[in-house]
Amino acid sequence: MHKPRMQLLASFDIASLQYLDQRGQTTQALPDFATPDTLITFYRQMSLARLVDDRAVKLQRTGQLGTYPSTLGQEAIGVGVGGALAKTDVYCPNYRETGALLERGVAIEEILAIWGGDERGQNYRHAREDLPLSVPIATQMLHAAGVAFALKYKHENLDEPMRVAVTSGGDGATSKGDFYEAINLAGDWKLPLVVVINNNQWAISVPRSAQTACKTIAQKAISAGIRGLQVDGNDIIAVREAVTEAISEARNNKGPTLIEAVSYRLCDHTTADDASRYQSKEELQQAWEREPIARLKAYMLSAGIWGDSQEEELQRELAEVLEKSVNVYLNTVKDVPTAMFDHLYQQLPEALLEQYQALQGDD
Amino acid sequence: MAQITLVESITQALAYELNADQRVVVFGEDVGINGGVFRATDGLQQQFGVDRVRDTPLAETMIAGIAVGMAAQGLRPVAEFQFMGFIYPAIDHVLSHAARYRNRTRGRLSCPIVYRAPYGGGIHAPEHHSESMEALFAHIPGLRLVIPSSPARAYGLLLAAIRNPDPVIFLEPKRIYRAVRQEVPDDGDALPLDRAFILREGNDVTLISWGASLKETLAAAEQLSTEGISAEVIDPATLKPLDIHTVIDSLEKTHRCVVVHEAPRFGGLGAEIVAQINEYAFDLLQAPVNRVTGYDTVIPYYRLEDDYLPGVSRIVSAVREVLEYSTGEVK
Repeated sequence: MHKPRMQLLASFDIASLQYLDQRGQTTQALPDFATPDTLITFYRQMSLARLVDDRAVKLQRTGQLGTYPSTLGQEAIGVGVGGALAKTDVYCPNYRETGALLERGVAIEEILAIWGGDERGQNYRHAREDLPLSVPIATQMLHAAGVAFALKYKHENLDEPMRVAVTSGGDGATSKGDFYEAINLAGDWKLPLVVVINNNQWAISVPRSAQTACKTIAQKAISAGIRGLQVDGNDIIAVREAVTEAISEARNNKGPTLIEAVSYRLCDHTTADDASRYQSKEELQQAWEREPIARLKAYMLSAGIWGDSQEEELQRELAEVLEKSVNVYLNTVKDVPTAMFDHLYQQLPEALLEQYQALQGDD
Repeated sequence: MAQITLVESITQALAYELNADQRVVVFGEDVGINGGVFRATDGLQQQFGVDRVRDTPLAETMIAGIAVGMAAQGLRPVAEFQFMGFIYPAIDHVLSHAARYRNRTRGRLSCPIVYRAPYGGGIHAPEHHSESMEALFAHIPGLRLVIPSSPARAYGLLLAAIRNPDPVIFLEPKRIYRAVRQEVPDDGDALPLDRAFILREGNDVTLISWGASLKETLAAAEQLSTEGISAEVIDPATLKPLDIHTVIDSLEKTHRCVVVHEAPRFGGLGAEIVAQINEYAFDLLQAPVNRVTGYDTVIPYYRLEDDYLPGVSRIVSAVREVLEYSTGEVK
């Protein structure tokens, strides 16, 4: 049979980055930024995120909070990404991002307010330009592309570093058109955008393996003509290094990057979910062996920069921080009913006045 | 002063605001060198550059979504959808985000976006190029819905829409894009976004319509006048928020009303207008309000579209019905 001869037009490869293996041992020399102080800060912030998640779930279980999406097991991504942005950059998150929000300066009581049914939570005191949480899957990635366009449009001299937009989503989000349309546009328009995928292996009950035939999610970057790489998402040093590098490229007008951070959702999808219906105990147990906080702690202990007394001191401090915020949240009085009209438009249209007054009369 | 068409008044308004406000960015499919498939952005890229009048990749969800991010960063995006029939992939972003950002962030961020789209039937186009789905958008809290029906109103309303701090759906009746010419001073004067227009004064019946259907509605009013029937014609133009007061004021005179729209009847904006008349002006009525609308069918391919669109004779018959209606009482 005739076999036609074809020319190779292009070929691609996908790299993966790791510094700490699952036992906390280095797989290569650590980058310069990984000083003892920085690692201790990473450890503190990941521990805080885990405590907030844990408390939020308990608040929900006791009827004091609405549905909540925990980030248990994915703290290295939240903290690794959130802390890589400059203050003036713009973060465009999905809804499962407690660690990153804390890094951006969003208060614990603001996060609790959002999931406690109060829009005022998203009127952040800090991070004023960051986009609100996006619940519809992958939609935030297009908003982020729009933000990136605006940052570049407003930036006067492209030889000077510019502000960057960073967006995040889950592995399920990469099956949506919004994801592809965002990375395609970002490549086409060379936008200062970084897209981080938290591949936690689950989109509620549908595993990563049922989401796509792609071997990696990182390779989806190839279809958009942009840089793509995979990192060990449970290794905060790798996450921070990759995101910092991608932001630096974007900042210097070298266009967008897609980063797939591989992790595992050690919790239910949200407090309304029961993962035991679809997640095997063995798989979950194995995933716990790879989790990010124990891994970093193991390294810090072996490097002699951490010990029991520091651990005790840290846990005491974090408990205090958390308690204070939980009290603020629990003591916040609900908004007035007419608030639902107050920010619908900049100025209430006359046509809505009657409804507004009717609601006010019911107060 | 030159007389211009409705589509040229759109171009004129876009050019005025691109010139006046550096934050304004126009984008969509083929809006660049091609000037849009209807030429609404004709010459704008040449005048204002590719950064400000920009062709996008072919993806409507993306067009709607990036507008949200651009607006959150303080720009004034004006996004074009090539036809209303292709706007549906965009609704997620319009409904779930653009219309909600201000509320979701309690005023921290907002979406001053204009989403433009040519809409309506009557140009002998293929399927998906003739729909009037304005009611889908009128139902969404946080949006404004504007439909102009003349070159001057298109100019003033589009300027107002771009300057408005909240998202606006701006539907352009493409059947009358080039139907009439009118002098439209390029003075940058915007029209209010919450006032209906009285296009013709009359005492016997109030006709309410918008977009291209006003052409037949005004023609019906003219025909009725030869029979001594005086019809008042109102163009709400800003369908959300709706200026019902102008309608009620008219009913004080006429006591009878017909609503005309080419969109399907069920759940169309005629239904909302009739409901509001019942709420605010039931006692003024001497006959039930009548509706002349598209049928509750898919708008047919173009050989049958004239049978679908409300024509002058259907409007005149509907007016006769409300005039002949009698409760047996004399008011």
